[in-house]
Amino acid sequence: MTAYLLKRLIIALATLVLASMVVFAVLEIIPGDPARLMLGLNASADQVEVLRNQMGLNAPLAIRYLHWAGGLLSLDFGRSYTYSVPVIDLVRERIVVSLPLALIALALSTIIAIPVGLYSASRRGRAGDAIAMGATQFGVAVPNFWFALMLIYLFAVWLRLVPAGGFPGWSAGVWPALKSLLLPAVALALPQAAILARVARSALIEVLNEDYIRTARAKGLPYRAVLWRHALRNAMIPVLTILGLQFAFLLAGTIIIENVFYLPGLGRLVFQAITQRDLIVVESVVMLLVAAVIAVNLIVDLSYAVVDPRLRSRQ
Amino acid sequence: MSLLEIENLSLAIGDTPILKGVELSVAPGEVMGLVGESGSGKSMTALTVMQLLPFAARATGRVTFDGIDILAASEDQMCALRGDDIGMVFQEPMTALNPVKTIGEQVAEGIRWHTRSSRAEAEDRARKMLDRVGLPAALFPLSRYPHELSGGQRQRVVIAIACALKPKLLIADEPTTALDVVLQAQILDLLRDLVVENRMGLLLISHDLAVVTEMADRITILRHGEVMEAGDTARTLSEQLHPYTRQLAQASMHVPARPRVHEAGQGKPLLQVEGVTRDYPGRRMSLFKRATAVRAVDDVSLSIAPGQSVALVGRSGCGKSTLARMILALDRSTSGTIRFRGETITGKSEAELKPARRDMQVVFQDPYGSFDPRQKVEKLVAEPLHVLDKKPAPAERREMVAHALHEVGLGPRDMDKYPHEFSGGQRQRLSIARAIITRPKLVVADEPVSALDVSIRAQILDLFAELNQKLGIAYLFITHDLTVARAITDEVLVMHDGRIVERGKTSEVLDHPQSEAAKALVAAAPDLHRAIARRLQEQG
Amino acid sequence: MTLHVDIPEETLAGILAKAFRNRSFLIGLVITALVAAVAILSYVWTPYDVTRLVISDKTQGPSLTHWFGTDHFGRDILSMIMVGARNSIAVALVAVGIGMGVGVPLGAFAAARGGLVDEVLMRMNDLVFAFPALLSAIMITAIFGPGAINAIIAIGIFNIPVFARVARAGALAIWPREFILAARAAGKGSTLITIEHILPNIATLLLVQGTIQFALGILAEAGLSYVGLGAQPPMPSWGRMLFDAQTRMVVAPWMAIFPGMAIVVTVLGLNLLGDGIADILDPKSRRQR
Repeated sequence: MTAYLLKRLIIALATLVLASMVVFAVLEIIPGDPARLMLGLNASADQVEVLRNQMGLNAPLAIRYLHWAGGLLSLDFGRSYTYSVPVIDLVRERIVVSLPLALIALALSTIIAIPVGLYSASRRGRAGDAIAMGATQFGVAVPNFWFALMLIYLFAVWLRLVPAGGFPGWSAGVWPALKSLLLPAVALALPQAAILARVARSALIEVLNEDYIRTARAKGLPYRAVLWRHALRNAMIPVLTILGLQFAFLLAGTIIIENVFYLPGLGRLVFQAITQRDLIVVESVVMLLVAAVIAVNLIVDLSYAVVDPRLRSRQ
Repeated sequence: MSLLEIENLSLAIGDTPILKGVELSVAPGEVMGLVGESGSGKSMTALTVMQLLPFAARATGRVTFDGIDILAASEDQMCALRGDDIGMVFQEPMTALNPVKTIGEQVAEGIRWHTRSSRAEAEDRARKMLDRVGLPAALFPLSRYPHELSGGQRQRVVIAIACALKPKLLIADEPTTALDVVLQAQILDLLRDLVVENRMGLLLISHDLAVVTEMADRITILRHGEVMEAGDTARTLSEQLHPYTRQLAQASMHVPARPRVHEAGQGKPLLQVEGVTRDYPGRRMSLFKRATAVRAVDDVSLSIAPGQSVALVGRSGCGKSTLARMILALDRSTSGTIRFRGETITGKSEAELKPARRDMQVVFQDPYGSFDPRQKVEKLVAEPLHVLDKKPAPAERREMVAHALHEVGLGPRDMDKYPHEFSGGQRQRLSIARAIITRPKLVVADEPVSALDVSIRAQILDLFAELNQKLGIAYLFITHDLTVARAITDEVLVMHDGRIVERGKTSEVLDHPQSEAAKALVAAAPDLHRAIARRLQEQG
Repeated sequence: MTLHVDIPEETLAGILAKAFRNRSFLIGLVITALVAAVAILSYVWTPYDVTRLVISDKTQGPSLTHWFGTDHFGRDILSMIMVGARNSIAVALVAVGIGMGVGVPLGAFAAARGGLVDEVLMRMNDLVFAFPALLSAIMITAIFGPGAINAIIAIGIFNIPVFARVARAGALAIWPREFILAARAAGKGSTLITIEHILPNIATLLLVQGTIQFALGILAEAGLSYVGLGAQPPMPSWGRMLFDAQTRMVVAPWMAIFPGMAIVVTVLGLNLLGDGIADILDPKSRRQR
């Protein structure tokens, strides 16, 4: 077990380091001089040069990378070129929107998907299964930002139940804040739930065809008990895999959804930073999101070991 | 009164009839053997009794168990019967247990379900049951997971699950087919003892006439879903009144005619294996530590003369397949040398091996897995022609394939078919055609008949014998089945734990084994002659 | 995780017969063919010229003259959807091509070699998977500038590890088979075996994954053009149309409804087609019935 955990941990760390190099390298080749951007078009070449030295932009590549990576570790992401505030402050301000949004969406999609998958698998081939799977076919096909527009039209424009966009901030109270995250979370969650439900169903059906299910039935357990006691846990492995992948999708999804709902989250921050060529912000936020994805995948790997005893004893 | 009474049972899945008017009964404490070749409907009969049939299956007739009409019983009634009064053991022990639950949980589960006892009580009974089937808690605690057990041990767990509540009837569907002969004998002994202890009825399903004869008081012979003959085991098999019974019995004991016998030491040896060892790296324990290497083959030496037929026998996991792969240069040896036709083949590159490959071919066990389903027979059988220096032209190639097919009893028209259009026996013929197309000097055959029904097996053995006589091909037969070794080989090598522990003329080794390993194999091997004689003797 | 690959053993005729009895496959095929036909038709004919702005006709609701209504420049939505289909299909198709073309050889190579090569390639895959695809696509288009070509490259790069994984898992399931051993005993090397035996046997898997990635590509392209990084105006694209519609939801909801439906229908068709192919060719799913 320790060998497995250790191997996964090392892979995760190595991926993180490589990812940081990629992010750094990609942003190095982006055209545009941040010093000139900060000073504006009227600045003289000398002024720009002085600022470049101040910002450490003239140091060798490797030094700049190490400096930047070291900064990341101590949560010192540098200063935003356009806002002239520490990036960490921007991130802190925005993450309280994005993180709850992603988590609510993830929870929502899991809560919807697993029961639907279970229901469909246990009545496969019957009308209930056909209807549920037809619905998920649509769910998979719907782009989340269009779904978001339709939700806005229905609930905000037509029924006027929730705000069409914007975020009052947590200081305005938990309920108003949650209320403004509700539609975005639903828009993010439903298409993901459709995918997850299909995976859960097919994983369950595959498990239900296994020999040990027959052994369990030959013991005298009714079908329902077999489903809960024997099938579900074995079907968890592919479901966990997809859950891990979905987290990455959700993070990416927040970028677009935050733009649809005018939510001041990380996605909107990175998108604005890209258009303003605020590279340090882009670097930091991308790194943060990548680290989150790697961490979630590590958690998924570890939970495999909890679910599957074979991984615990073998590497 | 009988415990299980099947009367006029017919079964169809969709529009396909599976069973036609099957009659069968099992009395308490009686062992009923249900014999038939693949597709005869044996397993479906068992699943009908358990009411675990596929959804589309429709059964008619009457199945009475202990006074209960099974075909009319509700699912709740069946749940109460299954695992409590009727237990079932399946063929494939490797997949029959849930991989994420401990063996203790899996045995105790049925006990708790049926008796409503506490967890502690159920675990206590589970522990006793596992102890009874030969898995004492000191060595196999309840907290073990299935993947930590071997195939034989897993089958014991399955038997413990099935017998935990002392059922009145146990159904065992090919319970030992996936195990080697020694394990088979152990499992059969266990089943026999459990029958006596609990006065349990046993419905033993098997394709192996010898196994059934050793176990069953009465037998029912099934073919294409119909009962051919039923009755007392010893009488049915000694009298062989029904032609199909005779056919089955004769096929089980078939020995192909081979007038010319090649002895070792005639001229230069064709194959020489000298001190060959194969280690596999141990499992990684942590990042820097590995378990000690596993020695699969340990300092093995042997030689085969041209035209000689040699058997390599041993239990599963003894290293015989690894050895075969090294001889075929499909696996590297850790040390030692293998010489073929006087030339060393160990440590050679693929290009240097070409001439050797031309004279050395292979036949595998699984007639279904050994052909690429996407290619036609012509291409498949012609595959070894790849090693020829001069590739034959298409017309010439077809000619060669047609000739090889002819030699194995297939027609030239079969060339344009896909492998799935052939039966298992025909596929094994294709496999042989592929092996002989380059006119090799040596064919290594890895359990070439163990996946085949007895009547087909007899035909394939005949074919092997014929090609040996006609073309002078030497064979290395890898098998755990002594009947096969006896039928077709001149010499036998007994392998145990990676070493060759005994060698000699086949009849001598099999009749008078010297080593412990050989003795165990011989004692465990089911033998129809012996079994019938013993039964007749018992009955006087 | 191990992948089980059941190789279907059927003749072409048998497969075709089953195909025409499979509802998912038929519906998917019809929808996909229709979308493709509409895209092709748009080259020669659209109800209105999508490049001509008729301000007097702006934001008209659906009517007999404009079935799906008009946008804020008075352009016909139906015509724009037809032309937009072209763009969506082209981007997704080429992106799938990139993913397959690079990913499949990589995955097959990793499976054939094993050991260190396999480990390195798979770790590279992990690396790409660590970047949320859309975010990275946004970065790539941000660096090289927006446009259909860069959208294709961005989406294509993230298809590579997907196909590499599928190809590798499929190949690893085929390699231990006895027929591969037989080929090795016939002196065939790993490259030849991969070409002759491995690839034909994982073709179905790749085909099914191809339709899935095609559908995802259409969604991704729509996402990119929605945030302004895909095809540039005046070339109509479905995502861009939705962006234009967003601020006019109250006055002209049809501007959002119809392009979105076009996306849903196209993706739905592709998914049904993929499901159908998997159903027809994979005997394991057939057993589930």
